[in-house]
Amino acid sequence: MSDAPRTMFEKIWDRHRVLEREDGQTLLYVDRHLMHDGGAVAFDVLRKRGLKPRAPERIFAVPDHYVPTDSRKLEEIRDPRHRELVEKLARNTAEHGIRNFGLGDPNQGIVHVIGPETGLSQPGMVMVCGDSHTSTHGALGALAFGIGSTEVAHVLATQTLWQRKPKAMRITVEGQLGPGVSAKDVILAIIAKIGAAGATGHVIEYAGSAITSLSMEGRLTLCNMSIEAGGRAGMVAPDETTFAYLAGRPYAPEDWEAAVERWRALPSDPGALFDAEVTLDGDAIEPMVTWGNSPEDALPIGGVVPGPDLAADAERREMMARMLDYMGLAPGTRLDGLPVDRVFIGSCTNSRIEDLRAAAAIARGRKVAEGVEAWVVPGSEPVKRQAEAEGLHEVFRAAGFAWREPGCSMCLGVNGDIAPPGTRVASTSNRNFMGRQGPGARTHLVSPAMAAAAAVSGHFTDVRRLMAESA
Amino acid sequence: MEAFTRLDSVAVPLPRPNIDTDQIIPGRFLSRPREVDHSAFLFHDARRLPGTEEPNPDFPLNQEAYRPARIIVAGRNFACGSSRESAVWALFDAGFRCAIAPSFGDIFRNNGMKNGLLPVVLPAEAVAALIAQIEAAPGARVTVDLVALTVTFPDGTVHGFEVDPFARHCLLEGLDEIGLTLSLEDQIAAFERRFGRENSR
Ligand code: SF4
Repeated sequence: MSDAPRTMFEKIWDRHRVLEREDGQTLLYVDRHLMHDGGAVAFDVLRKRGLKPRAPERIFAVPDHYVPTDSRKLEEIRDPRHRELVEKLARNTAEHGIRNFGLGDPNQGIVHVIGPETGLSQPGMVMVCGDSHTSTHGALGALAFGIGSTEVAHVLATQTLWQRKPKAMRITVEGQLGPGVSAKDVILAIIAKIGAAGATGHVIEYAGSAITSLSMEGRLTLCNMSIEAGGRAGMVAPDETTFAYLAGRPYAPEDWEAAVERWRALPSDPGALFDAEVTLDGDAIEPMVTWGNSPEDALPIGGVVPGPDLAADAERREMMARMLDYMGLAPGTRLDGLPVDRVFIGSCTNSRIEDLRAAAAIARGRKVAEGVEAWVVPGSEPVKRQAEAEGLHEVFRAAGFAWREPGCSMCLGVNGDIAPPGTRVASTSNRNFMGRQGPGARTHLVSPAMAAAAAVSGHFTDVRRLMAESA
Repeated sequence: MEAFTRLDSVAVPLPRPNIDTDQIIPGRFLSRPREVDHSAFLFHDARRLPGTEEPNPDFPLNQEAYRPARIIVAGRNFACGSSRESAVWALFDAGFRCAIAPSFGDIFRNNGMKNGLLPVVLPAEAVAALIAQIEAAPGARVTVDLVALTVTFPDGTVHGFEVDPFARHCLLEGLDEIGLTLSLEDQIAAFERRFGRENSR
């Protein structure tokens, strides 16, 4: 191996290369494979071929997509097809000796919340999951990416995956985030800048003082939405924040000192080359709101809905007109003051304890506006327990928020948690796609504090104003 | 997997950027096993007038001239978003074997290649020209040749494209990777022994 400076991504890639073909296809070894209740198909593929999972001890599963958020009882899943998926995950994992954090397990939660939380996600690992937001786990310095169900079956059968080496992109955010500005605003500002396909074919490494000063929760939010910029994966170099977060977690390495020593060698070498470099000024980032149907359609809360006449080309003009029609918005409308019907605080992007604390700080002593239905869905059982230990659930309930059970819930709505057509939703999730939260539902992506501010105001508003009031 | 070598077909235009997999198949249809015919779910909501079961006459897939289409031509970042492989199944079951766009969501691109649906990347100007041609003459035919790595437009112009050689080989032969990788068992086992030692240091 040469001594040329390498990026963190290259170091992890090189270490997991089982073999490389002449045409550049690489067989990569997978350290951890996470599964959820949407992944039954892959087991069917295996069964049909008479195969078994090659390394069940490297696989961990959890039901999250189809679980109800008003009950923890399997028999209370109303749709039989959904119940069957949760049961099937339990059956398939039991049959093959795979650890499943089933419904009612003290560690159940959204797959991308529980990976880091249990210590299963670790620096230097190659991690995959049949879910595009697998990029989340890169916050710990892992190379983690989403795959389709054919690839899931391949990983089950061989514990490896054929990949062509992606390119490397570094996104550097220097400076200090202002009050009321969170990791969610940073990633929305990044996607607004580079576009929803801005990082296609790349693994992103986030760097700079605004990134390294983020908590682990913030880094998870940031890496989670890498896929919304088209990125294959997103990563943050492991540092003391990472080690402190992982220490003592149930699946943290037994030989802790040796592991930390290994992890310290992971960050990109000085002088390592990236195929693309992007920089943002952290001081200039403001609380963001999306107005359209792609996460790239994001603006600071002080912005106004743009008109199709501003579009660069005919394709974009037509798309903007369609989005404005779907979203029920007129060009020139101020985002600050736009009324909301529903508020959803949850999803693998923003349902961790820090997110709930930020939302509760705004909700405390206030009331959800009349006519607004607001939900808080913690990301996992441990998050829920921690929040309840801190009394956050009481803060939310007193303000008029519903306090629900962990799961994906309204992020995707496949469990039935959807918003009716035409409803305007302030959501802390990651996708504002047409129909994502139900046919005709109008999703605006925001941070947890901004979502709480919208709930208590009845409309989108600058959370910094509420913070000033309560100070 | 069904092999793909050469396809001559009507092409349907969807000239929009960022068509996500949630639009290709909405989330509420994801709980079906592969055996179920997914064609009815393809663009389920976009094909209908909002809030009704009425077909939206403006949606190209609903238009008579494009009904035989097996090629879809879309704007940049086609099939971005969710990793749901059922987005490929819905297209496949509705008869599509090829998608042409200036760029694709990475996961969809992989899923397509592994399910007999060829994603072809052409420069944005070429895609715009192709869309103009198939909109001007709905029902016009396009030829995609995976052996020659070319797309022939209705006006006869020929445009080269690239695909990963390994994925191309699998697609041309209709091979699936699991069998191939299983034949490398010795190398995987050797890697595991080495890897285990390094990790336990
Ligand atoms: S919370 Fe949403 S984005 Fe995250 S895994 Fe669940 S459905 Fe996917």
